Amino acid sequence: MSEAIYVLIDHAQGEIRTASQESLVIGQRMADDSGFSLHALILGHEVRSLAEELAGKKVNSVVWVDDPKLEEYDPDVYCEALSQVLTEKQPHLLLMGHIYQNIDLAPKLAAAINKGLVTDCIGYRKVEEGFTFVRQMFRNKLNADVQIRSSHPWIVTLQAGSASVDDLQEGSAEVVAQSAELSSVQARRKSLEAFEVTKGKVDLSKAENIVAVGRGIKKKENLKIIEDLAETLDAEVAASRPVVDSEWLGRDRQIGSSGQTVAPRLYVACGISGAIQHIVGMKNSQCIVAINSDPNAPIFNIASYGIVGDLFEIVPALTKRLREL
Amino acid sequence: MKIITCLKEVPARDARYQLASEGTGIKESDLTFEINECDEYSLEESLKLGEEHGGEVAILTVGRRRAEKSIRKGLAMGADRGMLIRDEEGQLNSPHAVAVALAEVLKGEEFDLILAGTQSDDWSYAQTGVLLAELLGIPHATIVMEIQADPAQKKVKALREMESGWFQWVELPMPSVLTIQAGISQVRYASLKGIMQAKKKELRTIELSDLDVDWSSVPQVEVVRVYFPEVDKKAEILEGTTETVVEQLVEKLKKEAKVL
Repeated sequence: MSEAIYVLIDHAQGEIRTASQESLVIGQRMADDSGFSLHALILGHEVRSLAEELAGKKVNSVVWVDDPKLEEYDPDVYCEALSQVLTEKQPHLLLMGHIYQNIDLAPKLAAAINKGLVTDCIGYRKVEEGFTFVRQMFRNKLNADVQIRSSHPWIVTLQAGSASVDDLQEGSAEVVAQSAELSSVQARRKSLEAFEVTKGKVDLSKAENIVAVGRGIKKKENLKIIEDLAETLDAEVAASRPVVDSEWLGRDRQIGSSGQTVAPRLYVACGISGAIQHIVGMKNSQCIVAINSDPNAPIFNIASYGIVGDLFEIVPALTKRLREL
Repeated sequence: MKIITCLKEVPARDARYQLASEGTGIKESDLTFEINECDEYSLEESLKLGEEHGGEVAILTVGRRRAEKSIRKGLAMGADRGMLIRDEEGQLNSPHAVAVALAEVLKGEEFDLILAGTQSDDWSYAQTGVLLAELLGIPHATIVMEIQADPAQKKVKALREMESGWFQWVELPMPSVLTIQAGISQVRYASLKGIMQAKKKELRTIELSDLDVDWSSVPQVEVVRVYFPEVDKKAEILEGTTETVVEQLVEKLKKEAKVL
């Protein structure tokens, strides 16, 4: 078996997805640590320019599968294409971003080729047997090291933000066209219309200040204190997912991986624990204030200032103090 | 329409975890367990589909004996029967092993749709539903936020959540697997009548040893260590009475961060 690491490169609207660039950074580190070769794997139709862009990164080769059937993602077609590549190349490992498309795809691929899969990893450790993978469990309160004990190729998906794209190393590699026989694959799932729920509604990305509220607000009637604080700060009100799921605020006010991405001057997070899905949508805010009753809430790991306490006391007191300014 | 709804129980949201002595898991003895959040939404969606189209909703669970409580809760909410694949020792220690067990039991069942939560709040792998679909050779859709079933045409439309506020409708033939996202609808409470009726509903236990599976052929994925993460706390934590922390915060926002 050739000891190789493959990284699946996802792309949308003619651009390489950030999560894939991050996976490539991790791939570069793993290759450096192990001496394994590293290969970027891109599927699609007429994506030569992206393949050439990847050839400018520090990889041993860019493996490029071009087929009209790969123009849009379909689980049956993509799974078949990847199965063929993995069966032929037999790499040690296939890495990919833990994005929604791969949540849809990776377990199907693992079952189709009967190989081990570890999803949503935040890092790895080099060990004698190869690698173990680090992931969060139990609502991010615990970490686990996970080992795949069955035969290669292994499949691993990486959480968004597990590396910084600034660390992507440049290089020069060859683009190798790889064929896949897809004529017999039947796509059973039909893609119908797509739409953007936030379009034409609240554009939080333009807000200078944001007051965001999470599960800690407990019920819709309590939102008044958040709205008062927002008004005082001339801020938009935003929410983490559970608040939107409970229909206390509209989906157009959701921040995070399934909502909007923002980077305001001031972000006040009230009763938000800081699940990664929320953090990816607001971590680039200039100044983050977190108010939460749980001192171990992950939001404090990224906040500039933290107050551990009851938001029902702190928030009205803060509003009152700001009004005096 | 026959619907299988997969649910698992997980430690309650406010659980305070302690590590088990062997270092590869948590101490379960002091924890309370509840139905996994996404699975509760998945159950609710199954019940609504059952009410709309008629037929049967059956709960399928892998877990310890204590998971019967969660299944009974689902029966009280309106499901028709329950099945527990009893894994008292936690032998099914990966999503792949769980999916193989589920698939084995479902070979003996008739169904039009399988619903499962997109991910669990304990392991959070987000794999089981998709693995199950592939093992059964049927199509799937993940992260589903709305379902429109057409049993006469044997088709189902599902609204998939995408990233960044995008959604997409997909259409699948039945039978198929849908993995349900939290927040798809409001979860009902069990009525008193439902709770009484649940006691009489069928709850079948299937022992692992009853399953005809060659476990050595299932990919082995093993947790080798569980630990509390080293927290690199970035935040400057302001301490004191409500009044003093608010005063400190306003000062810092003005003078240090210069955002006021």
